[in-house]
Amino acid sequence: MGEFKVHRVRFFDYMPSAIRTMAFNSQTERLAVARADGAVEIFNFNDNFFQEKVIPGQDGRATEALCWVGHRLFSAGLNGEITEYDLENLRPQYTVDAYGGPIWTISSNSQGTQLAVGCEDGTVKIFAILEERIQFQRNLNRHKGRIISLCWHPSSAQIAAGMTDMIKIFDAETGHATRRLLVDRAMGASKNKEVVVWSVGYLSDHTIISGDSAGKVQIWNGLTGTLVRTYLVTKWDVLVLSVSKDESSVIAGTSEGTVIQFQFISSTVDQHDKEWVRTRTFRNHSHDVSALAHTDTAVVSGGMDTQLVVRPLLDKVEKNTQESALRKIAFPHRSLVGCAKKAGLLLFQFPDRLELWKLGESEGHVCLMYPYFVCRFLQGEDHICCSALSACGGWLAYSTVSSVRLYRIQYNNTISINKVGTLARACSRQPVHLLCASDDGKWLATANTDCEIHIYNLHKMKLHCMVPVYNSCPTTIAIHPVTNNLISVHADQQIFEFSLVQKEYTQWSRRLQAQGLLSLWLERDTPITHITFNPKNPDHIILHDTYMFCIIDQSLPFPELNAVLWNQMTLKSLPVSQRIGQSHAFKICKSFQHLMCVSLLEDLSLVVVERPLLDIMSQLPAPVRQKKFAT
Amino acid sequence: MVEHGDIRVVHCGGSKINFRDPVITHDSRFLLCASGEAVKVFSTSTEECIHELRGHTGLVTGVLLRPSNHLQVYSSSLDGTLRLWDFTDGILIKTCVIGYPIYSFYASDKHENVIFIVASMPSDKRRFQLVAVHLPQSGDQMVEAQELSAVLSGVNPNPAAIAFGRGGEFIASVNDLQWSLEGGWNTFTCVACHPKDDCIATGHEDGKIRLWRNFNHKKEYTYSTLHWHHSTVSSLCFTPEGTNLLSGGVESVLVQWRYNQESERDFLPRLGGAITHITVSPDGSLFCTSHSDNKITIIQSCVKVSAVIQGLVKGDIRTDLMMDPRSKALVLNGKPGHLQFYSLQRDKLLYNLDIVQQEYIHESGLQQFEVVKAAFDASGSWLATVEERHQKAAELELNLKLWAFDEQTQSFVLNTTISAPHDAQITAMCFCQPTDSQTTLLVSTSKDGHFKAWQLAAPAHTEDEGPSWLCDFVSAYHGLVPECCSFSADGSLLAVVFQEVVTVWSPSTWELLTTLSQPPGAVSDLCFGRLSCSKYLLGTTASNLLCWNLLTCSLEWTTSMDVRRLVADPLSENMAAFCYQSGSTDLFVFKPSEPRPLFSHKAVCSGKVTQAVFAPREEMLESCEESSQWLNRSQLYFLTQQMDLMTFTTKAEEDRLLASSKQVSSSHWFSMTPFYLLLGKHRQQQQEHQDSDSSLWAERTALPQTSASMKELLQTPAHVLPSTSYLCSMFVQSLLISVSDARSEKAHAEEEMESEKEEEDSEEEMESSRSKPELAAAAATESDTPALTKAQARELRRVRKLDHSWLAGLLDS
Repeated sequence: MGEFKVHRVRFFDYMPSAIRTMAFNSQTERLAVARADGAVEIFNFNDNFFQEKVIPGQDGRATEALCWVGHRLFSAGLNGEITEYDLENLRPQYTVDAYGGPIWTISSNSQGTQLAVGCEDGTVKIFAILEERIQFQRNLNRHKGRIISLCWHPSSAQIAAGMTDMIKIFDAETGHATRRLLVDRAMGASKNKEVVVWSVGYLSDHTIISGDSAGKVQIWNGLTGTLVRTYLVTKWDVLVLSVSKDESSVIAGTSEGTVIQFQFISSTVDQHDKEWVRTRTFRNHSHDVSALAHTDTAVVSGGMDTQLVVRPLLDKVEKNTQESALRKIAFPHRSLVGCAKKAGLLLFQFPDRLELWKLGESEGHVCLMYPYFVCRFLQGEDHICCSALSACGGWLAYSTVSSVRLYRIQYNNTISINKVGTLARACSRQPVHLLCASDDGKWLATANTDCEIHIYNLHKMKLHCMVPVYNSCPTTIAIHPVTNNLISVHADQQIFEFSLVQKEYTQWSRRLQAQGLLSLWLERDTPITHITFNPKNPDHIILHDTYMFCIIDQSLPFPELNAVLWNQMTLKSLPVSQRIGQSHAFKICKSFQHLMCVSLLEDLSLVVVERPLLDIMSQLPAPVRQKKFAT
Repeated sequence: MVEHGDIRVVHCGGSKINFRDPVITHDSRFLLCASGEAVKVFSTSTEECIHELRGHTGLVTGVLLRPSNHLQVYSSSLDGTLRLWDFTDGILIKTCVIGYPIYSFYASDKHENVIFIVASMPSDKRRFQLVAVHLPQSGDQMVEAQELSAVLSGVNPNPAAIAFGRGGEFIASVNDLQWSLEGGWNTFTCVACHPKDDCIATGHEDGKIRLWRNFNHKKEYTYSTLHWHHSTVSSLCFTPEGTNLLSGGVESVLVQWRYNQESERDFLPRLGGAITHITVSPDGSLFCTSHSDNKITIIQSCVKVSAVIQGLVKGDIRTDLMMDPRSKALVLNGKPGHLQFYSLQRDKLLYNLDIVQQEYIHESGLQQFEVVKAAFDASGSWLATVEERHQKAAELELNLKLWAFDEQTQSFVLNTTISAPHDAQITAMCFCQPTDSQTTLLVSTSKDGHFKAWQLAAPAHTEDEGPSWLCDFVSAYHGLVPECCSFSADGSLLAVVFQEVVTVWSPSTWELLTTLSQPPGAVSDLCFGRLSCSKYLLGTTASNLLCWNLLTCSLEWTTSMDVRRLVADPLSENMAAFCYQSGSTDLFVFKPSEPRPLFSHKAVCSGKVTQAVFAPREEMLESCEESSQWLNRSQLYFLTQQMDLMTFTTKAEEDRLLASSKQVSSSHWFSMTPFYLLLGKHRQQQQEHQDSDSSLWAERTALPQTSASMKELLQTPAHVLPSTSYLCSMFVQSLLISVSDARSEKAHAEEEMESEKEEEDSEEEMESSRSKPELAAAAATESDTPALTKAQARELRRVRKLDHSWLAGLLDS
């Protein structure tokens, strides 16, 4: 496989934006995550937590709350508008102004017929959900003070609303407030500060659970309006609550970065009256936990520190399986870096801008030229969806929700592009999320989130064929420059090679499927986001995920299923005969971490773009002060 | 050499009281704890040991109240028996022979007549199993348990590792298995079950407490974590109602968690040594914590410490055993940085003297100041201590402190602190012995090659409060390291050992008189002879015991033995040598002038003996047997390698002790403390001054006497008793309090004349009618003479006098 000169790039200062809120749809097993820059991401929990769709954000659109209604996704924000997203075209479908000032919360009833929003002016507005749009229905009785949190009773007859210093229960029919639950303020010096009920939950047995800014989780009897239990959970705020589907467990996220679980269990075996008991504490975040979802088997949390954490509940999953592992999703599941292989240019994609960098040169240990910054493209209000750079470095293209722009770089002037033609649309309605063209310009491959891969012949401008549908979504596709084979890697870490000419899987792919992949390969928890080829050796395929890159040598045999991956250093120390016996198709390198891109240039030097998590952590604002033992 | 049958080696008090968790009785009046081979019954209010339940022949491994009868208690032992006791009277009720060593045992309300014991597996001695034992229902004193059934195998023998939940519905057992979910040290250390709910609390090595719930469903158990302790949680206990959880560890802080409200917790800090066990009385009013420094603290509902039962602190003892010449107490290292004064007669810790005077930080691995040497002068008015701290990185820190005895406070007060008295560790230290001379001299030897003499000097400046200690003389000998030093009995000679050479100095002129050497081997211990043998100097090397004659400056005799410790009796010529030979220690008692040992005892104990002391007796024994004569004046105590304090007793002494203990047990129980006598008497006197409206109180304090006369009434056979009318008046009189002081004294004076001749007659009525003020007077006059035989005689005489006064009272009426 040889040795490479490595460009170790660490100047891509990509900064993911904080997770603001999330909503989990248990029917489709999709999680929608809204970030502080207004972007909405959709994760498929059935398919290895793959980030299926990304709806780019927009300046001035801060999503405060998300809500699934069946397959439809609604959001509301502090700009006072309710937005429904078009999940096929990955853009907002329409927005409706609620005319109540900033919206803090949105919640739908269990039948999915009504949507309630809580506004700054103290009104709870009910919208009817129609086929294609939503329509304002009525206001509930207005009260002084903003509505921070809302929750429908499962029977849709009552709504609990969290406000400052109190929780109100509205009758959804009449719109009258039937109960008022006063929430105690914090003790001590902050006695004069009003307490904000950040989150409420309304259970079917009329139990109301609230989390507030005084650090309390309180359990109320909604029928009598009395306080049942108070748990002082933190010195700071309890920001968010989430109730499990069977209502036996509630989790609360705090400003300290902890998630606390409460369970509804009976105190002794033979007794049937149950009570809420504080049980586990999960500490996976360094900053505020502002978004939580309680799935059947896991606690999903996200917050200021931008990571999405999936913490399986060990009593609900099998021990020591892949399912029981903690997952942290820190980077997007797509490539944000473009690389011009001939020119040695790198294109970095940010939500609001693109940056073009020239790689440096060196001879031995002497640096001949430092990498330098070439230019920056600023984008306006809409955020960038995707971008690409041609191999010669002369062309640059990017798109937003509404437009596509192409730049010729040498002369710094935009030129118009000709629409070459429309390819026949495949039958699927899902959006295309991956696109790749062959080097000779003959073939174009597209992949969509329905796991379909279509091959188009660009010369004939028509659909060439469709790759057999595999049940996991492709995370990256590439066409081999020499053999014109399509390599696809899927969210469950499987690799396929498809011959475009013969319209069938290649022998290599069949052998790989027959033998199966190594368990170490399958246990990785980040998807392959980029494939590149060795121009000198057509047998080499270079793949990478966040924590490693791998060179697959198609001429070598596959390793055993449970083979140990040897370190190159230990391999070198082995005698030659043994080394050949140990050599196999997968050569994995973990010396670079938190990879954003690995690419091989024309001159066989390897470009490795790293974004260390520690750098991201250091750019975050300071977390709330916590007393640490022995400090 | 002759073995002497009537001299025995016995454990003498100071046994561990923190070995297993103690038990508080239902009425919260008594505390029972396993202590060596006995169970001790303490009073929770007076801290006094009321009696010991003796009978086991092995280490007692557990004490439990009998669930069906709260006046009885079970105890288990390594000798393979379970014993049932009546602890109020200290009577053995039943012995149940199991046949296997019992490491711990449990009982529950639900399982009547079943005891669960932890015994080792028959196949593998290192593995343990929980066995249910059905106690046979027979009236015999000694029964053998037949029905054994194994419950759980592979359990931990530590009693904290098993708990019975909700009245014996389930058993929770933890192993040392590392349970790694979140990484770190999650080894289980202890377990406790909630008395009402299905909740198990476990303590872990990383300081966390986990509360497990919902464990009846196979998989869906859940837990919550409580974290306050920074290192291992060593004990957990729920209060009887289950409202609180108590936990303790090495921090020596008792933490009280509210059940289901765990963010609220109370602390009781600074309890002393690391907490090893926590128990709660059945009514929840008293908590009790055992500590690693052999202490039991009794706490009233987590707000205040009400009593401390302190045993002999045995840990890393680096000082010698010493006798405080004033209090006749044994002095040795106690709590970290303290010296403890332990009364051997009463088996009770008198007090701790804080030497280091720094806060002790309860954390493992921390180097802190330790008391390494201490010495008393002959009169007990001066105490010298050496403390050192040896950190890896830093230099040795050394302090020599001199303490003067303060008559007013009756304790030692720091007089002088000499920081860095030597450049290296101090190897030995001793005071000049003579009692007649005014000047006191202290000599210290150090590894830096010097020995220094310290003397009390007048203050240099007038504003200084008093005399302090200054260095008087420094000397060395050929750069050799001095190992030990000793003054002769009259203080005229000082011998300092420099490895193989013994140098003899005159303390008055600091002149090197002579050197004695007997190669090969460095001299490790040195001792001057006393009284008639004061011309001899004894030294020990690794292989020989040497005796020099100081008049001729030549070796008098030598024998080949590996003497580890040489102790001189301060009251006689006798010397005791502990020799280590093939795994055990032998004792030889001899006079330096005679080559034949007075007494020898093979295999006193296993292991080495490095600390021993002669303690002078309070009263001399009159033993005529030659072999036991050396025990007449003083008693020899020594510490074994296992830190057991042992002594030698003669048969006669044991018999006498047994008799006196019977006498004590037949008298009234825990009210007989000196404090009670003092206060009770005081109260009685107060009562007399008060008028009759508080007569109820007076009656209560008078209870011991009335009950005595009632006992007389009830126990005497009916046909011997006089007529009821006669008894009635007597009985009523015993309840009355109204005899005035003046009258009784007058009567007292009258009868003093007659008393001498009429001593013999009134034996019968002696006890039946004592009136209280007279008794109080008797107690007052008697209290200054606690000695036994003479005091008894005197008391007898006095009692007769009292009888006469009553007779006179009758005649008057």
